[in-house]
Amino acid sequence: MIDARNFTYMFYGFAAAFVILVVYVVSLALRERKLIHEIDRVRRMVEREK
Amino acid sequence: MTETRDRILFVLAAVCAVLLVVDFYKIFMILPDEANQGAIYRIVYVHVPSIFTGFTGFFVALAASGLYLATGKLKYDAFAAAVTEVSLAFATIVLATGMIWGRIIWGIWWAWDARLTTMLVCWLIYAGYLMLRRAIDEPTQRAKLSAVVSIFGCVDILIVWKSIEWWRTQHPAPVLSIREGGGMGRGMEGPIYWNWLAFMCLAAILVMVRTRQEQRSREIDSLRRMAHSY
Repeated sequence: MIDARNFTYMFYGFAAAFVILVVYVVSLALRERKLIHEIDRVRRMVEREK
Repeated sequence: MTETRDRILFVLAAVCAVLLVVDFYKIFMILPDEANQGAIYRIVYVHVPSIFTGFTGFFVALAASGLYLATGKLKYDAFAAAVTEVSLAFATIVLATGMIWGRIIWGIWWAWDARLTTMLVCWLIYAGYLMLRRAIDEPTQRAKLSAVVSIFGCVDILIVWKSIEWWRTQHPAPVLSIREGGGMGRGMEGPIYWNWLAFMCLAAILVMVRTRQEQRSREIDSLRRMAHSY
């Protein structure tokens, strides 16, 4: 029983590390998309102001 | 320029993937369970490389912050912000994996001992660093204050590092041979350093992506200023 719990928590440990990294990478990807969208919008605004 | 950057990213990703596959094979298929802890000890192969990567990043951020204070160039501040954010992700892994390990070995999720508390303080300092950057709009003021927080944070890192020598803690005393611990079995210590190398490659990839985002943010700011000047 202790060994089974031991193994389960080892899995939780590795899973936690993986999830934290994946969440961070997804947040980076979303930010990248937002920035590209924003830069296009501001560029168009500058062109219009010219 | 972009092509070279993409090539570097690809090489780093390939090195990271190969190292992790080889290391995880060794950790799960070759190395035996630890005599007292059983299978759970394997968390050390994520926990320790993560803290090494995080602390390396925080010291790189310190150097970049110092360069900003010396030169006044905002590109160093942008790099420091990128490195700090990525390092904080690794510091989060350290706290999470440490708590999961502690739940089995100590029977509790958390203990307010010197190592855990100073590490939490370290995490809060760098989380504060990122919050501070969001709160200040003026780039020069933001960069100066961030640099000061980065320097302050590195002092805490030294306390975290030495805490298990200075005080009796719930956290294990040094076990790695580089700290004259010598508490790990033959062949068990090597994968820690290889994983550290893999995590450093991963961190470098994330920092490159994050630095480009900081450059894009600066470009947006300058375009906005240009639009308002017409």
